[in-house]
Amino acid sequence: MSAMDMAIQAGIWALEILAIAAPVALSVAYITYMERRIIGWVQVRQGCNRVGPAGLLQPLADGLKLFLKETIIPTQANRVLFVAAPLLSLVPALIAFAVVPFGETSLFGIWGHPHVMAVSNLNVGLLYVMAISSLSIYGVLMAGWSSNSKYPIVGAIRSTCQMISYEISMGFGLVTVMMLAGSLNLADIVHAQAGGLLHWYMIPLFPMLLVFFISGCAETGRTPFDLTETEELVSGYYTEYSGMWFATFSLAEYGAMILISLLTSILFLGGWYAPIPALDVIPGTVWLLGKTAFLIFVFIWFRATFPRYRYDQMMRLGWKIFLPWTLGWIFVVGLFIYTPGLDGIINFWLAWR
Amino acid sequence: MLETLFFDLFAGLSIVAGIGVVVSRNTMHSVMFLILCFFNASGLFFMLDAEFLGIVLILIYVGAVMVLFMFVIMMLEVNVAMLREGFLQYLPLGGMIAVILLVEFIAAANSGVFTADVHATAAHLAQDVNNTKEIGKVLYTKYLLGFEVAAVILLVALIGAVVLVIRERKDAKYQNINAQVKVRREDRVRKVRM
Repeated sequence: MSAMDMAIQAGIWALEILAIAAPVALSVAYITYMERRIIGWVQVRQGCNRVGPAGLLQPLADGLKLFLKETIIPTQANRVLFVAAPLLSLVPALIAFAVVPFGETSLFGIWGHPHVMAVSNLNVGLLYVMAISSLSIYGVLMAGWSSNSKYPIVGAIRSTCQMISYEISMGFGLVTVMMLAGSLNLADIVHAQAGGLLHWYMIPLFPMLLVFFISGCAETGRTPFDLTETEELVSGYYTEYSGMWFATFSLAEYGAMILISLLTSILFLGGWYAPIPALDVIPGTVWLLGKTAFLIFVFIWFRATFPRYRYDQMMRLGWKIFLPWTLGWIFVVGLFIYTPGLDGIINFWLAWR
Repeated sequence: MLETLFFDLFAGLSIVAGIGVVVSRNTMHSVMFLILCFFNASGLFFMLDAEFLGIVLILIYVGAVMVLFMFVIMMLEVNVAMLREGFLQYLPLGGMIAVILLVEFIAAANSGVFTADVHATAAHLAQDVNNTKEIGKVLYTKYLLGFEVAAVILLVALIGAVVLVIRERKDAKYQNINAQVKVRREDRVRKVRM
């Protein structure tokens, strides 16, 4: 491979990364707008509607405001880690998108067979996503510790406990997906669900869909699980942050929310396939992003509906309900796959048999 | 060429991070250096076509083990002066072990097995070989017994940890969360006719 080829390849990679990072940042801005509008609608009030037509410029105004604010670093804080913490939480949220397949394209028939639209179509994509999303704990932990202040540290400890607890049930939930798909590659998992609504894994794995999505809420610290950033803790681990560094934390949180929604659509809701095969004339990316948008709406809906969990209730849900539930479902799926007589039922979803 | 470059990058960074773990004064910085070290080690696994091991290293060590480490260290009050105490007393023994290890590493590095060219010319697995599947096959056929024994040992450790921690105090009042969750509106709200 000559230097020229390498330079071209590097340029293509940079473009691919930009093509994901820029829309993610933009959609984070507009998810905050939609969140305010939807919650306003649920609570029978207007939401933001003053800046620009129907308030559409509000996210830009907010961004500008945060950008112009002073970043304050407390004197007693550990400066290096205090500055590094927002980046440590943003980077995992963004690099997890590297393996997400956004659909399949043959580039209007130029390529002979369809290519998967992902920066990297990794063989161990599912594990990669799990590994990377478990790294976001560090940003939170560092933020809480380096602020050298009591509310952030309590918030960080709560947040870490929550993330560790729910990651386990999330991982076990994904094991059942692997058992049915027989692959860790996200594109292969979507291919295994081809053929319409009945083939989607939300049918045989419905409890796991619930576990995964609710655990996703807990991972991102969204509302029923936002005891880590409550008023009683003066917004938890990022109490001491202001300006752009504060915005970086919320960028990471909303990025993680998009990621969880994308993954739920890919793993359980058939990815880029239409519910009826005849509707596949509409491009797959539209279907995938549509499903994702609906799940993001569900996140916001949760926020407008449910009261916050108490710490011990949160722990009970993670360890005493979800964990046995997922372990039991792994057992049930395994039983169905390998018992003669029962395997006829599950063969419908087994791609590898 | 590119591969050697990446190998040097990962190996060099992991050595630098390893030195950082020992040298840095702040224990929190040490932990961060150790995490960097794990990342570079997983990069080395990736270069050996062992992507499953690389990812699992990050998932288990960085994602779980180091978080608990950090959790404990955050709670500790580290007194640097206390740590310095008796430094000279332990220096001869520690220095001797360090020198022996250094000599061993240099001897191993010069033995001709670990030259840079050897790494670059190592045969790669074919594109369609699935590392995860291969490891699974070996683990559940050839090394089944060892694998199961390891699983049982882990289970014992798990149960041991639970046994050590579990204790119910008789004098404390506990909430019955099941009952709390099952509450319906009728239990709490009473409509009064005025």
